[in-house]
Amino acid sequence: MDNVATPEVILSVKNLVKDFPIGQSSKDNVMRAVNDVTFELRKGEALAIVGESGSGKSTGARVLTRIYDKTSGDVQFKGQPLADYIQSNGSLEYARKVQMIFQDPFSSLNPVHTIFHHVARPLLIHKRVNKAGLAQKVYQLLEMVGLSPVKETAEKYPHELSGGQRQRVAIARAIAVDPEVILADEPISMLDVSVRLGILNLMSDLKDKHGISFMYITHDIATARYFAEKTAVMYVGHMVEWGDSDSVTQNPQHPYSQLLLSAVPEVGNRGRRDLMAKKGDIPLWRPDSKGCPFAARCLKATAVCSESIPDAVQIQPNHFARCHHLADA
Amino acid sequence: MSNLIEINNLCVDYVSPNGVARAVNNVSLTIAPGETVGIAGESGCGKSTLAFAISRLHKAPALISEGEILYKGQDVLKMSDRELRAFRWNEVSIVFQSAMNSLNPVITIGEQLTDVIIAHKQCPYQQAYDRAVELLSIVGIHADRMVSYPHQLSGGMRQRVVIAVALALEPKLIIMDEPTTALDVVVEREILNELYELKEKFGFSILFISHDLSLMGEIADRIGVMYAGNLIELGSAAEVFGNPQHPYTKGLISSFPTIHGPKERLYGIPGNPVNLLQIPQGCNYQARCSVCIAKCRQIDPVLTQVGNGSLVSCHLV
Repeated sequence: MDNVATPEVILSVKNLVKDFPIGQSSKDNVMRAVNDVTFELRKGEALAIVGESGSGKSTGARVLTRIYDKTSGDVQFKGQPLADYIQSNGSLEYARKVQMIFQDPFSSLNPVHTIFHHVARPLLIHKRVNKAGLAQKVYQLLEMVGLSPVKETAEKYPHELSGGQRQRVAIARAIAVDPEVILADEPISMLDVSVRLGILNLMSDLKDKHGISFMYITHDIATARYFAEKTAVMYVGHMVEWGDSDSVTQNPQHPYSQLLLSAVPEVGNRGRRDLMAKKGDIPLWRPDSKGCPFAARCLKATAVCSESIPDAVQIQPNHFARCHHLADA
Repeated sequence: MSNLIEINNLCVDYVSPNGVARAVNNVSLTIAPGETVGIAGESGCGKSTLAFAISRLHKAPALISEGEILYKGQDVLKMSDRELRAFRWNEVSIVFQSAMNSLNPVITIGEQLTDVIIAHKQCPYQQAYDRAVELLSIVGIHADRMVSYPHQLSGGMRQRVVIAVALALEPKLIIMDEPTTALDVVVEREILNELYELKEKFGFSILFISHDLSLMGEIADRIGVMYAGNLIELGSAAEVFGNPQHPYTKGLISSFPTIHGPKERLYGIPGNPVNLLQIPQGCNYQARCSVCIAKCRQIDPVLTQVGNGSLVSCHLV
């Protein structure tokens, strides 16, 4: 890492907050789905966001694609505040550069249109090709994602393809417009186990050969380590630990990351394994909630933990965690 | 030693306008008392169909066309409705994949539990109610929750309720169809811990169905791997993992990146699962197999015992 020039930052997020109203909206009845999230995504790099359901990982991605508006915080795209970038380049241009791949390839493709239509549409909307070159470009994209024979595949409808093939169509559609960032929200969790690795390897190649940056949202820590250079662990909207994937997964420092890793099933390691946490519910975070979100379940928690969450503590050059008790391991 | 359940040459077909799809093809399997047998494979390989067929819960268009299922020597397929009713849940119960869908959303969980007990034991309400409270406490849920509706519980708690329902009549065999797939890893661990304890306490057998091989490797004594309706490898968990024989098993095992150990590029399995309506001649796995030879395209391999004690159906081992 040290002797290679650090790639440029494509997307940078500072203190991102997203609130959602709950119940019959009175203005103050809100929950905080994403709280104080800060990260950078560099060119050709993958950042995995790991966390259980409800940890705010998908909400974060949706704010970045502007499906949701942020409540507060800074998002910068290529060194410019997002609002400025969109003002000078238009929101279509931003949508082109930041693409998304969804979890469920069975509902993200339109059942009444052919594969050709799915891949051609972004090319036409973003005016990437003229009519004459359209077919050739579509075939080229299908070839890139490994869907040969391309002509036959292009004529098919989504129901004629398997889950893995559909997800490849979703990827072809995303890369059709030369994006710089792809936000992949659990792209393999609905797929057959035998084809998952194929999709991960395809995304890896796109990352390495075409310099596309990925935000890989997952609950599977093993694939996070496999695919992404960086990993961030989220709990109740907070980033509790982040850094180089290897360092985070092999040497987790935050009690929640340790819990997550200790719970993963392991071949041959049979029998009861005590969880490194107290029984407790996952809290509903509100704007006026205080302290560390994990305090109620944490074995190391002391009074200070329900008062405040500390700033990031650097553990290694590229490994940070937010915990009051990192020293007393 | 006598087996609790013995499945011989079971075939299950799905009849559709486009032809007959054989979802379970000639599968033979035994489960001993107290044993945990895992069935692994990807979606559509027939593992759930097999589970449903064992308690004859399969519905049309599924049809058991051949074979026998012996439970303590009695053929389940020949049972009358009355015998079947006594057999189901008393002897064999099922934990379905999605707890959200297997509980009735408009009835409290207490009532759902008592209902099962009354239906099978014809006991007075109070007795069934007390038993329901006891069952909930066995799976770690407080009696206060008897009056809760399913939507008021978290996913993990609902799954515990479903396990409590399965335990209600102290069956000898519990079939678990992807019991933790929809759960987060920490909740999954809680359920697994619960399961280990319950098993120690009650000594039932488990038929554990999952696509998650690492989970399977942790919990099962023996593992069977299915592909396109066929059981292609069956052996002790240690052998199937440590010394896989069938190319598909090898591919499946190398489809899972590990948390520890060296980080290297894995290749998974090329291609896509075979369409059951277009089964090729010979081995079902031939199109995706990297070591396929001419013989594989002509002759169906049969399950044969190999050196390490596993049963494998492949011409090349």
